[in-house]
Amino acid sequence: MTGTLDATVGVASVLASGTTAVSALDVLTTRHSYVAFALLLCIGLYMMIANPHLVKKIIGLNLFQTAIFLLFITSAYVEGGAIPIIPEGAAETQTFVSPLPHVIVLTAIVVGVSLTAVGLALCIRIYDEYGTLRTDVLRELLRDEGSLPERPAVGGVDRGETDE
Amino acid sequence: MSDVLLPVAIALPLVAATLPIALGLKYDDIGWSVAAVATTALAVLAAAIGIEVARDGALSHALGTYQPPIGIELVADELSVAVLALVAVVSLATLAFARVAGPRGNSFYSGYLLLVGGLTGLVLTGDLFNMFVFLEIVGISTYALIAADRSGASAYASLKYLVVGTVGASLYLLGVGYAFLATGTLNMLDMQVQIAEQASYADPLIRASYALIVAGLALKIAVFPVHTWQPDAYQRAPDAVTTIVAALVSTASAYALIRVSYTVFTVDFLAANDAITTVMLIVAGVSILAGSALAAMQSDLKRMFAYSSVAQFGMIVAAIALANETALLGGIVHLVGHGLLKFGLFLGVGLLALGYGARELDDLASAARSAPYTAGAIALLGLGLVGIPPSIGFLGKWYIGVGAVEASMGGGGSAGIAIAGVIFISTLFTLSYVARVIERFYFAGVGISGGHGEGDHGDEHVDAGHDGGPDAGVAADGGRESATGDDGPLTPVEEAPRSRFVPDRVPPTPLVILILAALTTMALGFGGYALFEWFDPFLTEVFA
Repeated sequence: MTGTLDATVGVASVLASGTTAVSALDVLTTRHSYVAFALLLCIGLYMMIANPHLVKKIIGLNLFQTAIFLLFITSAYVEGGAIPIIPEGAAETQTFVSPLPHVIVLTAIVVGVSLTAVGLALCIRIYDEYGTLRTDVLRELLRDEGSLPERPAVGGVDRGETDE
Repeated sequence: MSDVLLPVAIALPLVAATLPIALGLKYDDIGWSVAAVATTALAVLAAAIGIEVARDGALSHALGTYQPPIGIELVADELSVAVLALVAVVSLATLAFARVAGPRGNSFYSGYLLLVGGLTGLVLTGDLFNMFVFLEIVGISTYALIAADRSGASAYASLKYLVVGTVGASLYLLGVGYAFLATGTLNMLDMQVQIAEQASYADPLIRASYALIVAGLALKIAVFPVHTWQPDAYQRAPDAVTTIVAALVSTASAYALIRVSYTVFTVDFLAANDAITTVMLIVAGVSILAGSALAAMQSDLKRMFAYSSVAQFGMIVAAIALANETALLGGIVHLVGHGLLKFGLFLGVGLLALGYGARELDDLASAARSAPYTAGAIALLGLGLVGIPPSIGFLGKWYIGVGAVEASMGGGGSAGIAIAGVIFISTLFTLSYVARVIERFYFAGVGISGGHGEGDHGDEHVDAGHDGGPDAGVAADGGRESATGDDGPLTPVEEAPRSRFVPDRVPPTPLVILILAALTTMALGFGGYALFEWFDPFLTEVFA
């Protein structure tokens, strides 16, 4: 994670190479979209790791992906740039924002939506089967069922009927 | 004109993936036939692409007639053709097993074809963002396939993989984003030029980009500290799915890592950034050791071979980070060889589970007596995994080891020697768990844990099922109609097929494929020089 943060500062400093000194405050005020990107990324990652609820893990995943989309959108922005739609016959002399990252983000959003759909479908099946979505409870249930193997004394214990 | 083969090879399985669902409205069991036709056609296309590449060198195709630096390019060179051939052969061969082992249903085959299409695209693309899209197509279809038997445990394993895999792909995308910020291009070859021109190899943006891509792909490959999704996913998935996923999915991600490291960032970048390669070597070394040690501790066969994959992919990552010609050749050979070996091993394990209901090492006493051909093929493949010479497993490990020593001799510090040592230790571990399997197959049966005499399958032994019970029970959801037998070791399940030619009570077609796979790994081992010749143009281009 520190690598990500360093890299973000790297992005900011490269982009700010026009100005002379970059203080933390400058970064916060002028590069706020990069700061937002880094924050969202970290919040999403933390949510995925620390939250025991499966659906909230998926929400964290979405935050994480959205942060990356934001980075792409920010990178496309050009000061004073117009929307890159050129009417027929118009002169192409204006400054435009770069359309390529927008296309990339559109594609990535589609990918993200399908992932969320698959993830939620799996959540529904897990809930149907075990009646809970909390990982700690789930792990207990799976262990009782014999589906999680990391119990030291595996043999010898009669666990009775284990089918469905 | 022959470059049209590339988009056709990708489009064919993707378009065919819609057919099982569409035709399923009218016909009940159309899925398998559609998949069989599509993968056969893909194999033919792969062969045609291979012939073209062998004759004229790399093929490339500009999609939609937008020319490369702007448009998306598809490229086939020696490396991609080798992995493409693996994808085509394994996906065709697994179908024969899926027909008897399930899961059944048209939607399963749609997912299967999506996976094959994603893998083909991943192997053939020449564009970094396009690679992300295919990485995710592969990912999504894998998550769906792993949960295809509709049990709770497999859904949980699949969801775990989904979260980890998506973080991996997102980190990859983030890395690509950084590189895009620095260079303004997404085409691999163009970016290789632009990194040198617009940025430098010491640029923090470029370094961060590479580090993020490596971290992301490492999650997908399942290298040690982030491997935890893999054993669960492989163990819980239906047998036919494990066979194709273990052989191809991590392999394709490792291919992506080789491609990005050597075609986009180049050897000079790796040489200029010791810190990154050192970290990769350490992670790879730990992965090799931990994977092998954990594999040696398992009693479930699928889990054992899943952990063994962690170790073998550690070696491939090490080969990438060593950045010399011999090691990279070893890495590529091991990539393809390991794919074949794991395909065969999981197929063999799946066949034993199908015919005898045996999934644990303890259930397998005297397997060689009741299923000599299956057991023999598994033993051969296992020895190949250890690295006993006339097998491709030996070649890959040998070249990686030699490359590691060469890197040290060439002034690369002691890291290379350490990697060679780690590979040696891991080989011993591998020998220890493969030897346990072989010992069970050929020598156990007298005085086994149940404490009864010759392990003939006529024994009445009621509580021998207690250790295999829970897992066999869960696995019984994997498409078979009846629960597994609870009698003594290696009693065939009731409806196990009987053959006139072999005593093995397993379906004949997959058995033939298993034996062919075992023989192919041997043949490729003997054809070592041909492999070297084949990859030579790629290696000279990379190390020019």
